[in-house]
Amino acid sequence: MMRRWSTNLLRVYVAAMCVLLLAPIGIVVILAFSGDGYLHFPPSSLSLQWFRRFFGDPQWQRSLLSSLIIGTIACIASTTIGFLAAYTFLRVEFLAKKLLLSLMLVPIIVPSIITAIAMYYAAGKLGLIGSYLWLGLCHAVIAMPIVLLILLAALHAVDPNLERAALGLGGSRLHVFCRVVLPIALPGIMSAMLFAFLASFDELLISLFLSGVYAQTLPVRIWNSLNLQVEPTIAAVSAFLIAVTTLILLIDGVLRHRRGGRRRCASA
Amino acid sequence: MANTIAISRAVPVSTARASRDRTLLLMLPALVILLLMFFVPLVLFFVRTFMEFEGTTAQFLAQAGDLLLSQPYLTALATTNWIALIVTVTVLLIGYPIAYYLTTGKGPGVSIVVLAVVLPYFTSIIVRTFSWMVLLGEHGLVTDTLRAAGLIHEPLSLMYNRLGVLIGMSYVLLPYMVLTLFAAMRGIDASLLRAAEGLGASGPYTFRRIYLPLSLHGVLSGALIVYILSIGYFITPALMGGQHDIMIAMLIDRELEVAVDWPSAALMSLSLLLVTLVLYALYYRVTDIRRLIGAR
Repeated sequence: MMRRWSTNLLRVYVAAMCVLLLAPIGIVVILAFSGDGYLHFPPSSLSLQWFRRFFGDPQWQRSLLSSLIIGTIACIASTTIGFLAAYTFLRVEFLAKKLLLSLMLVPIIVPSIITAIAMYYAAGKLGLIGSYLWLGLCHAVIAMPIVLLILLAALHAVDPNLERAALGLGGSRLHVFCRVVLPIALPGIMSAMLFAFLASFDELLISLFLSGVYAQTLPVRIWNSLNLQVEPTIAAVSAFLIAVTTLILLIDGVLRHRRGGRRRCASA
Repeated sequence: MANTIAISRAVPVSTARASRDRTLLLMLPALVILLLMFFVPLVLFFVRTFMEFEGTTAQFLAQAGDLLLSQPYLTALATTNWIALIVTVTVLLIGYPIAYYLTTGKGPGVSIVVLAVVLPYFTSIIVRTFSWMVLLGEHGLVTDTLRAAGLIHEPLSLMYNRLGVLIGMSYVLLPYMVLTLFAAMRGIDASLLRAAEGLGASGPYTFRRIYLPLSLHGVLSGALIVYILSIGYFITPALMGGQHDIMIAMLIDRELEVAVDWPSAALMSLSLLLVTLVLYALYYRVTDIRRLIGAR
């Protein structure tokens, strides 16, 4: 009796918390479709005016393009490099492995304001402020720990015996890597790419310091607007970013499902 | 190709070693890029900034001492730690039951809770902060609802003050706590709980004497990670805080943007970085990083 009572209490509490966690996001999405001239909830009418303004404005367009370019660079660079590192971590025994891994995770821990200033300092000396490529690579550094964590978890499930078998059957190292290791790791790699892109797409402080006037990303534009005067277009931009996040989580869910299915087949 | 097989059969040990060394090379790009683009700029930023100081070492140390004992710095330090502490405790109290439900619950409810934790976790911090600015603003939903209910008459000040910062930061950091706790709680052996039940222990008793102690290292990891992230926090307090909520990260930014005082910014950054790294070392001891690479 007592037990059921406490379980129900827990359920009610968790449900309330879920509402609290999702409500702010839901409210922003609803506001994005507001027909009013200012930010007010609940909106008195619905319209697409703010989305029209977001996608129609050349400055917002350029920010969106900057975000996409920088995100793509960060995603490709961090996943490629991170994959090689994750593979080595799982396949080779070497000294101080745990220490090295924890060092490679340091970029998530260092306060982003410090990382941003240090990178700004270096970019200033090198004359690379405002460079898409450099900003993309800086984001890749920040995304790499995330890539590493995702790939370590994904590759962990891949049986090293498959590689041994392929090698034993006469495959060359490169051949086995491309035909056995990569295909099996593919869902994990795709997940890592998605989250690396997202890490860059949402990153604010490094972009704020390194973008200059030219390479301003979406979060930088939002930041500038929130600091000056909050324009309702921000709600539409936010809803767009939320949609991108949701889409990436959905695709990742599908990939995870496939990975799980494959594992079940392998163990059966 | 046939040759390779013949060789690997003939001298397996040395080939294995050679291939191991060659595989190790795959780590190189990651190491190089991390070193060149992260660690070197970090060290250079400190070293060069301090080198540019004109004067003797004694003068430098005296100035550094003055800065680190100055009123704005000490106030920001106290504010930062106080906010970090409250946020950590809040997030722990809110997050523990959620993580507990995630590990013990069953059915579709669990997937919804996972979504409710993961979606905000991956949503841009600036978007999450913006949503709370809309909610807590002078004509925001919270004030309007309270006013409509007749509970308040004056517009409530929920933003541009400490409360706003605490709410915004707790919201942003809650998922970190829940996910860390969840990872730790998942490792708790359910048969222990069943055994306690079978031996006649009540639910609350089992929870207090078995579950809670076993989850404590998760609590410690979660608290450390949230505290680490809190003390370096910038975006949310900068947007939602008032004049009295200047945290260290904001002070550092102000030194650069407003005062263009690189040595002061570097010195404060260094102190913040050192504290962060010490806490990270502690986190590293508490949390089993090895699990990630499959070593036991």
